[in-house]
Formats: sequence, C-alpha cells, structure tokens
Amino acid sequence: MTLFIITLLILTATSAATALLALLPPTAGSGRAANLLGSCGATAGCLAGLCALAFSPWSETVSLSLPWGLPIGACTLGLDPLSRIFLLPVFGLGLVCSISGGMALRHERPQEHNLAAHWFFYLLLLLGLTLVMAARDAVFFMLSWELMSLAPFFLIDFYDGDRQVRDASWVYLVAAHLGAVALMAFFVLLWQSTGTTSLEVLQGGAVMQGVVRDAGPGVLTALFVLAVLGFGAKVGLGPTHVWLPEAYPAAPIHVSALLSGAMINAGPYGIIRSLGLLAPPGTAPEWWGWALLLIGLGTGVVGILKALGQSNLKRLLAYSSVENMGLIFMGLGAGLIGLSCGNAWIATLGMAGCLMHMLNHAGFKGLLFLCAGEVLYATGTVRMELLGGLQKRLPLLGAFFAIGVASIACLPPLSGFASELVLALSFLDGPNLPGLERQVGLLLALAGLALISGLAIALYTKAYGITFLGEPRTGFAANARPLGWKILWPLALLVMVCIAGGLAAPAFFDLASMTGLAALPMPNDMQAGAAMGQEHARTSLAMVSLVGSIALGLSLAGIILRKRMLKRRKVASMPTWSCGYQGGSPRIQYTDAGFSEPLGKVFAPGMGLKVRLDLDSRLFPERATASVTAPDRLRNGFYTPLFEGIERVCNACKIIQHGKIHLYILYILATVVGLLIWGLSA
Amino acid sequence: MKQSIIVYFVQFVLALVLAPLLPGIINRVKAKFAGRHGKPILQTYYDLAKLMRKGEVISRTTTWVFACGPAISLATTLCAIALLPLGGATSPLAFTGDFILAAYLLGMGRFAIMLSALDTGAAFEGMGASREATFSALAEPLFFLILLVLTSVTLDMGHSPYTAFSLSSLFGGQIAGAWLTGRAELLLLPCILFILLLVENCRIPVDDPNTHLELTMIHEAMVLDHSGPNLAMIVYGAALKLWFFAALIAGLLTPALPLWQQAGLRVVIVLLLAVIVGIVESVMARLRMDRVPYLLGGASAMAALALILTQAR
Repeated sequence: MTLFIITLLILTATSAATALLALLPPTAGSGRAANLLGSCGATAGCLAGLCALAFSPWSETVSLSLPWGLPIGACTLGLDPLSRIFLLPVFGLGLVCSISGGMALRHERPQEHNLAAHWFFYLLLLLGLTLVMAARDAVFFMLSWELMSLAPFFLIDFYDGDRQVRDASWVYLVAAHLGAVALMAFFVLLWQSTGTTSLEVLQGGAVMQGVVRDAGPGVLTALFVLAVLGFGAKVGLGPTHVWLPEAYPAAPIHVSALLSGAMINAGPYGIIRSLGLLAPPGTAPEWWGWALLLIGLGTGVVGILKALGQSNLKRLLAYSSVENMGLIFMGLGAGLIGLSCGNAWIATLGMAGCLMHMLNHAGFKGLLFLCAGEVLYATGTVRMELLGGLQKRLPLLGAFFAIGVASIACLPPLSGFASELVLALSFLDGPNLPGLERQVGLLLALAGLALISGLAIALYTKAYGITFLGEPRTGFAANARPLGWKILWPLALLVMVCIAGGLAAPAFFDLASMTGLAALPMPNDMQAGAAMGQEHARTSLAMVSLVGSIALGLSLAGIILRKRMLKRRKVASMPTWSCGYQGGSPRIQYTDAGFSEPLGKVFAPGMGLKVRLDLDSRLFPERATASVTAPDRLRNGFYTPLFEGIERVCNACKIIQHGKIHLYILYILATVVGLLIWGLSA
Repeated sequence: MKQSIIVYFVQFVLALVLAPLLPGIINRVKAKFAGRHGKPILQTYYDLAKLMRKGEVISRTTTWVFACGPAISLATTLCAIALLPLGGATSPLAFTGDFILAAYLLGMGRFAIMLSALDTGAAFEGMGASREATFSALAEPLFFLILLVLTSVTLDMGHSPYTAFSLSSLFGGQIAGAWLTGRAELLLLPCILFILLLVENCRIPVDDPNTHLELTMIHEAMVLDHSGPNLAMIVYGAALKLWFFAALIAGLLTPALPLWQQAGLRVVIVLLLAVIVGIVESVMARLRMDRVPYLLGGASAMAALALILTQAR
C-alpha cells in the first residue's frame, strides 16, 4: 500500500508540475522540458505502480481512509485482487505508452501544441484510472470516474486544427457524460436504498439482500440496468459504441493505445464490481448473465463486421476493440449463468476467460495501436489503400505488427488463443445446464464465438497483408521513413506480453481464475468443482503451449530445411509471375475494400458497405472511380436524428428566452402569483 | 496401453505416407468417369519428389513472409493431425479442448498461406486470399457446430466435461455405436462433415482444384507464385488437410472394434471417401461463387438442427 500511495503521489506531483509549465508561454525549451518531465513522471509513476502490484501478495485485501471534507462519502482507497488485475494493464500499458509518447511528441512544435498541457491531462488520465480501480466509496468513485472521463477530451483534441478531430472529441464528451448520468443515477439509487456510500460495506451483497427483502426486486433490476447502461457506454457495448471509432483514431497514438487498452477496461471493472455489490454469492438473477452474454455476442459480431469494412487502420482497430469487449462480456455472462445455475465449470472458466481476455487485449491492442502510430509517423497516412509493401521498408515494425495480429486473431500459440480457449471451454459445458433453451443457448453462443474468430482471421489478414505486404501503392509507402530499434524498443515489451500470454498461459490463467473467484465468490458447494475445473483448464493451457511450441519448432525446421536445400540450387529472383501479368503496376493489387467485398456481400446488413461507382460507359472510357465506405448507420440513422430532434425541441423553447429583462421579471411575477394561487387553493 | 501407442504411431506414419494418395485417387476416379485412362495414382508422390529436387523462382516483391508461409502451414497441419485419435488409439497429445486447438491450428496454417499470397502483390493471389478468408470464416462456425453436437452426445453418454471435450473421445468409436442404437440425428453429421471437407479442401462444388488462370479459383490462385520445395510443402500440406477431414468422418463411422481392426477400417474409409469425392467432382458442376455461402448456411442449419435434436432427447 505504501508503494501504491507513492505511485499516486508521483502522478499528482508531476501533473502539478506540468500544470505550472503549461501556464508559461510556450517556447521550444519549455516544450522540451514539459515533454521530458511529463513522460518521465508518467513512466516513474507506472513503474512504481507495477512494483506496488508485484511486491504485495495478490489475494491480500487492504484499504486506507484519508480525511475528506465533503458531507457525504469518504476518501477510501483499497486494493483487492479485482483492483490489482485491472491496474495491471493501466500501469503496464501506461509505462509503454508514456515512453513511446515521449518519443513521438519530441517532434511536435511547441508553438502549435502546448505539450505541458497535454502531459498534464495525460497524467490526470493515469491518476483517474488508478483511482477508479482503487476507490472504495461511491462519491469518491464518481469523482475519479469524472477525472478519468474528462481528461481524454483534452487528449483527443490534440490536433485541434482538424475539424474532424474537434468533432470526434465532442462526440466523446457527449458519450462520456450520457454514460456518467446513468452511473450517477446508479450510485444515487444505491445510496438511497442502502443508506451507505461505502463500497466496502456493500461488498458481498448482504446489505442489498435486506433491501430487496423490503422493497422488492424492482430496485435490483433498476440498479443492474443502470450499471449496464453506464459502464457499457464506456466500453462501447452495442448500440452505444458509436463514439469509439470516432474518438480513438483522432487522438495521438499513445493516447489511443492507452484508451483502448486500459481505459476501456473501466467498463468491465465497473460491472464486475457492481455485481459484487448487488447480490450475495450465487444469487444474482440468471437473466443478468443471459443479458450480458447476448449483449456481448451482438457487440462482438457488429464490431468485427464494422471493422471489416474500414480502410483506415486506426478506425479498424477501434472497431476491433468493440469486438473484443463483446468477447469479454460474453465470458462475464457465462460466468454469471454458471454461478446462478450452480455449474462450477462454466462459472470459473467464464470469469477466468473474461479477465484473461481483458489482460491479453490490453497487450495486443496496445501493441497494434502503437504500431499503427509508427506507420503514421513513417508514412504520413494510415489509409490502407495508400500503403502496402511496408514490410520491406520497415522490417522490424512489420514483424511486431505480425505478432500482434496473430495474437489478436486468436492464433495458437499466442496470447489471444489462450483466452479464447478458456472462453470456449466454458461455453462447451452448456449441455450440463438444466433446460433445453439454456443448453442450446450456450452452445449457439459458442458457434457465435467461432464466427467472430473466423471473421477476425479475415480481418487481420487484411490489416497486415494490405498494409505491409505486396508492392507500395503510392509514394506514402514507397518513401517511408526508416525506423530502427531506437524508436521501436518500447513496443518490444508488448510483443513479449503477447508471446508470454500464449506460452505462459497457465500463469495468466491462475491469476485470472483466482481473481474471478475472489470478485464473485462461489457458494461453498461449488468450490470443489471450481478447483477441478481450474486444474483441467491449466493442464489444457499447458498442453496448448506444448503443442504450439512443437508447431513453432516444426515450422522453424521446415524453414531451415528449405534454406539448406536451396543452398546449392538455382534460385531465381523475378517479378511476380501471376499467370503472366508480369510487370503490372501495383494498381492491380487487391485493396482492402476488394479484400472484404465477398464478406461484405454475405453480411450486407451487418457491415453496411456503401459503394459509389462512377464509371464511364463510353467506348473509350476515361477516368472511373469507385469508393467503398462503411459509415456507421447507427450513428447516421439513429443518433444524429435523435440529437437533431432534441436540438429542434430546444430551439423551439428559445421563444421564451429572448434577453428582454422586463419580460423575465414578468415570468417571475407570474410564477409567484401562480404558486400563491396554488397554495391558497390547496 | 503399449499396444495403443504402437497402433497410434503406425497410423500416424500411415497418414503421413498415404495422404498424397488421396488426390491421386480422386483424379483417377474423375478420369475414369470422363472415359480417360488418367494420371497414375501415385502422381502426387512423383510431383512431390520432383518439386523437392528443384530450385525456386522467388518474386522480387516478396519478403520473409512469403518464404515462411508454406512451412508454417505444413507444420500446423501436422500438429492438427497429431491431435486426432487415429485408429481409435488416443492421441498422446490429447487434452480437454484439443479440438479447439486443432481448428485454430488449421486456421493458423491458412493465415500463413493467405499472407504469403498477399505478399506477392498480384491481383490473382489477392483474390484467392480474399475468397479463402471469406469461406473459411463461414466454415469455422460450421465446424464448431458439428463438434458441439458430438460433445453434447458424449456428455449425454455419461462422460464428464474433463474427458468429453477432446477429439480422442469424440472420434474414438463410441459415436458410431450411438447412431446404431437410435440416435438417428447423428447420421446427419457425416454428411455435414463431408460438405465441410469439400469446402475446406477447395474441391468442387466450391472450388475447382484443376483450373488455372480462371477467375473462379481459390486455393490454386493463392499459390500461383510458389515453386520448388515451397510448392511441395503446400501440395503435401493440402493432402494432409484432406486426410485430416476424411479421418474425422472415418472416426464417426467406425464403431469401437478391437484396435487393429478399427485402425484398418479407418484407413479403408478414408480411401473410400477419396473415391466419393472423385465421384462428386465428376457428376457436379462448380457452384457460382455467391452460392457457396448458401451451401454453408444450409449445412450450418442442418448442424443446428442436429444440435437441437440431440439436446431435446
């Protein structure tokens, strides 16, 4: 706990220092100083945080109360397994993002961007994230939540000369606050019905049980719905995901990486934490689990389909975050279903899969976003149809991206597969549930998982193949700036996480299943089954890393064998043959839109591809253009009309607001008279 | 115990040795149907031997991805076969959930080949990769649905989750006994698996493995620029993949006989399946590209029906 407090102090102190720097008139010197200070401070804070996690026993629960000036609530900080596992990506990914952010921002001109202000908000974001995971009081939690939600607005708005970026940060702000409204209602209702704001008192659900006995289960249902709305909006659970693909691509890349790898986890954290508050072990209504499972499945399918339609690498990754959150919620849903049906296998593995996937997602999504940032730095664009052939020019970055892609596409033996295996194993036990609809439901959810992961392979083949392989399509790619170890070394840390998540999966599983059991404890009669399930899943994961290593070894053997065979033979180096279309220009290469077109036809309603053809049908056609886009129809077709409608209503109300003071006084008079009459007659 | 390991190894080696026979048989059957004499049955072996002795022509566009793809794909297919219970003998690598690993290992191999196709920068190869990605994404849930039906049957037959979720118990011989005793819905499964075999191995009616320079091909389009040992690995890997899916069907159809008989029966069924594939390819035309999703969708619907029937008992 001491180390944890030191972490908070480092983050606070450096953010205060950068705030002071931000007030100075920006010069080259102060910009460099702010960049150095901010990035070093954030790095030091994250390192201290990692030490705090490493040097205390994982299952220990500690808390600390500090003096607090407000009439309600308390400043209580705590660490328990659930907080620890969610702080792991915050500090781990925060470390990498701080270092590479410091390196990336070195090239920005201080006249254009106030770097000190940027780092101030970046540190506030880290601080807010840490406090959210550690807060043990509802009021304190909401304050930290607001800190965490507000800071990204200023971070996303970094390139504020661009209209789209300003729009994106605005959309983010609106979404963050609509979510916060639901959360506010959630905590107020919780406070009103239980009489306490302390999450420690509520932990375990015993207090809520009394409330439900008195007031009926309606309160419980309302609380659950509010929690899903509030925390779901942060995650981008469908249909509230529309802000995500706007905000992430607009932000500077170390910020997008941190947002999509660490901040998004605040959603699952909040849901798991509030589930622990709302119901005693094993008594949560079963439909909660099914609701989360279905929402997760829908979000996953929509996320991956929309991602397939994108041609902007950063947007693609943002939609894929939506998909991964879907998988995490599917695991959580299965865990709840298992808990309420008394099936230890499903409960343990569902929760463990959910938490494991959360950890792995932080690793590979952070890596991919940072790689996309380096692509942007090296070439000046992340539009895939303008790139291609980067593997030759940026071999190291290409290799990193390939490893990230293979792990996010759930290919063995890398990290994504391990968590997906645990999730799938959990769903597989569906036939042991009572009732046909439950059995078939869980099994069909597994088929949905298979569809998502099949589509993920297609998606990431496209992301890597079109961006990095083949011939450069335009000068952007052909004149890419070379990048070496000096710039890319922080990314290597995340590559190691991706590999370790697969080969050392049993250790990750132990951590996740232990945490899952601590967060949503099981009734005593299920604990033996849980232990058996853990044992078997651990063995399976160990076998996966064994078979995966064999496959890697065999691949290496095959590669070496081929090399030796070719040593004394003629190996010709020629232009691509391709049935005699030799020397064709890179323009005949497949593009990202072409690659996903067949899937776009099959899943037309889900993907919503918009094709605009401008063809010349004369005998000697001149220029023709085709453009394929995948606009978010939910945004264009639902949210935009909705908010425009609200705006119209508000505009209509302007009739009574015209700035003439004597009329305002008349309103007041009329109101007073009206109240008087009402009071008299009553 | 010892005997089963011996049986396993004999079968594994048999699979590795006999797999290239399958394309030969298919071609021979097709030739007979067309009234030709046809290539020798051992033609694939000759091809492999010739390719292994050759040098390579490598495109200047490509990188290490192109060079490594075939080796990775072959290695993952080998590992997937090693997870199968061959001849009723449990695989030494079997564990809870190994069929998920097998499916994803094949996915990994496919991923490697698709990337090496995209690495050539050619329009044909990109097209092949795009179609392969599409159809395999649709085939993945189908494969899982089939396995789900099987797991629920084995769970129903009294296995615990710890033993049921493994290829070795699903295809170990009890299933055939179950459909003989009144689980008629299980008869759907070999048919669906056969469709999956045709899709995954790019046979007619999904893809025509014998066409070249035609806009409809999938697998062949992806490997146009491979030559020499690399092409040999691809050809051999494709044969092994065919064996993998045929062995799955054989595992469903063979009852739990004594080990050696079961082992022999499985090999016979696998070879017979090659004959059936040849017949199908001779009597059918290739489907139009946009019809293939309907084929897969129909098969998935059948599998879901089998699942519901199994659960409803």
